[in-house]
Amino acid sequence: MSEPMVEQLLDVTVTVNGRPRHARVPARRLLSDFLRHDVGLTGTHVGCEHGVCGACTVLVDGAPMRSCLMFAVTAQAYAVTTVEGLGSMDGLGPVQQAFLECHGLQCGFCTPGFLTTVTAFLCDNPDPTEGQAREAISGNLCRCTGYQNIVRSVLRAAELRAEAT
Amino acid sequence: MTTQLFGAPVRRREDPRLLTGGGRYLDDLGAGALAAAFVRSPHAHARILDIDVTGALDVDGLVAVYTYEDLPGRVAEPLPLLIPHPALTHGRTQYALARDEVNHVGEPVVMVVARDRYLAEDACERIRVEYEPLPVVVGIEAARRADDLVHPDVPGNVAAHLVQEVGDVEAALEGAPHTLTLDLSVERSASMPLEGKGVLARWDAEQGELRLFSSTQTSTGVRAAVAAKLDLPLAKVECIAPDVGGGFGVKINHPWPEEVLVPWAARLLDREVKWVEDRREHFISSAHERGQLHRVRVGFDDDGRLLALDVRFWHDNGAYTPYGIIVPIITSTQLLGPYKPAAYRCEFWSLYTNTVLVTPYRGAGRPQGCFAMERTMDAIADRLGVDRAEVRSRNFILPSEMPYDQGLLFQDGRPLKYDSGDFPATLARLKAMVAWDDFGDYRRQAEAEGRRVGMGIGCYVEGTGVGPYEGGHIQVETSGRVNVSTGLTSQGQGHQTVFAQVVAHELGVPLEDVFVTTGDTRRMPYAVGTFASRAAVMSGNALALAARALRAKALRIAAEALEVATEDLEIVEGVVRVKGAPGTSMSLGTVSVMSNPLRYAFDEAAKAATQFAGANDPDRAPVADDDEPGLEGRDFYSPTQATFANGMHAAVVETDPVTAEIRILRYCVVHDCGTMINPMIVEGQVHGGVAQGVGGALYERMVYDESGQLLNASFMDFLMPYASEVPYIETDHLETPSPLNPLGIKGAGEAGCIPVSAVIASAIEDAEGFPITSMPISPVELWELRRRHEAGDLPSLARSTTSAGSAAYPSTLEAP
Repeated sequence: MSEPMVEQLLDVTVTVNGRPRHARVPARRLLSDFLRHDVGLTGTHVGCEHGVCGACTVLVDGAPMRSCLMFAVTAQAYAVTTVEGLGSMDGLGPVQQAFLECHGLQCGFCTPGFLTTVTAFLCDNPDPTEGQAREAISGNLCRCTGYQNIVRSVLRAAELRAEAT
Repeated sequence: MTTQLFGAPVRRREDPRLLTGGGRYLDDLGAGALAAAFVRSPHAHARILDIDVTGALDVDGLVAVYTYEDLPGRVAEPLPLLIPHPALTHGRTQYALARDEVNHVGEPVVMVVARDRYLAEDACERIRVEYEPLPVVVGIEAARRADDLVHPDVPGNVAAHLVQEVGDVEAALEGAPHTLTLDLSVERSASMPLEGKGVLARWDAEQGELRLFSSTQTSTGVRAAVAAKLDLPLAKVECIAPDVGGGFGVKINHPWPEEVLVPWAARLLDREVKWVEDRREHFISSAHERGQLHRVRVGFDDDGRLLALDVRFWHDNGAYTPYGIIVPIITSTQLLGPYKPAAYRCEFWSLYTNTVLVTPYRGAGRPQGCFAMERTMDAIADRLGVDRAEVRSRNFILPSEMPYDQGLLFQDGRPLKYDSGDFPATLARLKAMVAWDDFGDYRRQAEAEGRRVGMGIGCYVEGTGVGPYEGGHIQVETSGRVNVSTGLTSQGQGHQTVFAQVVAHELGVPLEDVFVTTGDTRRMPYAVGTFASRAAVMSGNALALAARALRAKALRIAAEALEVATEDLEIVEGVVRVKGAPGTSMSLGTVSVMSNPLRYAFDEAAKAATQFAGANDPDRAPVADDDEPGLEGRDFYSPTQATFANGMHAAVVETDPVTAEIRILRYCVVHDCGTMINPMIVEGQVHGGVAQGVGGALYERMVYDESGQLLNASFMDFLMPYASEVPYIETDHLETPSPLNPLGIKGAGEAGCIPVSAVIASAIEDAEGFPITSMPISPVELWELRRRHEAGDLPSLARSTTSAGSAAYPSTLEAP
């Protein structure tokens, strides 16, 4: 038997939802796995691991990124926001509240990716048309809702954000 | 008010948790568990000559490698055939790990367990399996030709052959003034939930107990299967379905190989083991559905009434038949929709191919049957020059004819007997919604602008809420908290909300006090599962019955304590009170205290209850012979037959005259699932179903090459619709209550997807003027059909031509 293949581990620290989070991980550790399995923030979901479904979308310095297409080591220079950073059970953020009101989720698996995507979108376009709302979510897959109530949720979230300011 | 909860669009109770990252899906559990990964067959059909695992042994973190040779006892036997049928004469199931032979790409051959998934996959890459490729059968035509066999002991590749006939179809065809023959096909698609399958197993060596978590549609089924396979007492195995990220059918089949192997390895290694399916695995080793070829022969009178309907179809069941022939049986029976042909015969062959196995996907054979029936209706209308909606209405079963027995045996082996429905009313609403009668004006206007548009229609009836049973258990704690349990599982249908609505309504308690658990065998060991649009019907009614039992007990106890008659009591907002004298009351929590003679004053409710303590009668047992301690209710609902929901859809499409792109301009749904518990959730189900239907009509297919490789096994290549592909869906609801169950409800889960391919085909045909007989249809395929049509190879519809001779469908009966 040859020498066992042992992986080199790296000290990786990523700022997640405002807190520095550290783990010793191999260079190939995906940011999605780092968040889920090393940091224990399992709200970010993995639907395809090839960057198409968008379920794993997190905000990297405020911009939506597929955490399955990014290595944890690469994320060290940035501030990462996950679904857990968008609000809490007692204080839902406006996008979360809108999804609740508009039945914008069913199984909830793809939902965190939509929430982060919509959060970033509304920062850029706080008052979207219905067409723009639909366009904004058209890079995320949902198998349950048919998207109609997600489009409504985007528009409602825009209202809630406007009311809050 | 609690009395308004039932039927109201109550917001979902599960959502705050799911919206904040608090969901607990399979891979969110078992931090630190060992990870399993699988070496899967790269060949569609091959003999396994040798497996060399030595390369994997170098991988740091490797824990175990297993092949078929390592499997003991019943783990080494073929997986069960869940639903046998006399017509399934050649049922075949796979081994948990392939033994000697593989029959499709993706079949598991070697199981690896390692410290994490990365390392497990490293090890898989280093395992060498030597195969001897065998001839491959791909596609229904190849299976029918049977030049090669999938299983050498299955002649003709025929797993099952079934005929059902009502009346004398051949005689009726011969006597019919008009006849047509249609050849139709529907391609493969798949459930494709965003969360794949997954299993986590914890073996408790001290207790000799197995706790199993599975992303499944049936935890009771998985539990029983694993207990049997591992030769464990049922009492020592529990199975819990945690939050499940969508199912749509694929997770009802069980046990999957991994559901047996992961707990087996966990016990053997005495370590927690987890397997989470990745997307490629889901494409090549979970189930597909839909693929069927149909030949329809129909005879009708001058008014378009169905005199004879003869349907033969060939169903691709993939490499194995663990779920029996449920899908083709449903196709063959539900094909009839809202119509009443004078004579009907349906004959099908279920065929093996060297592809991923086929089990129900939302709709479960109905979309194909609906496609066949509705294409036939359009063809009849075209032949006679009668309005398409009118031809349908002439064949409707009328409300006065309900209940209507179609004379066939349904999927549950019971008569296909429609319980209720008002098809003329549904059609009238749909026509009004889509402005059916005004479409000619719209078309002319569009044509003047150089645009090509068409309108399509499709009707269906869906058997929902099949038995045999579901159970409900309700317990009121001394705090007033109401614990509700039902055994079937949840995959996004909002069960924590709708079942809470049922119980809150029946019991008279605030919704916030009701906590629903589903799919946990520790809480409800008897259950069937979530499929066949059955959850609301089955568990909804079981819980209503359980709540009624609990309510009766609460009233009895309170009446005794308050010294009034039970008839004088009501329960409002969780308080039992005297009607007209609400000051005389006690909370349900207090009633719960009183229901248990062991009454330590642990909490305020117990202290409060002491004031009601009756005389301590030395001649009476503390718990009477006919009573039980605790404020609980439990009941089961077991119907004699399915309920039948129905609906009708219409769509307006535009096809680009140059590029043949297909755009859905309008999509209208009228849907009748009986009494609705929560219309918001029903509507969400319809939206999601239509979206999957649109995928099946225009985008999704499983592209196998001739060697059995699935060429599009990723979300890059399998075109699931995004928001940009799904139209705005207009909906309207009828509520024709089912007379069969206490709540009057019918199922709604699958309805949305059933007629979509039929509707879109109808609309494209209407726009193009030549028949559409195969779905899904891409712009490339439509373009090719146009080319053939222009070359004269594809006839025009009668309504698109002045020449009566160029009929779109053969009017002579062609033998199958």
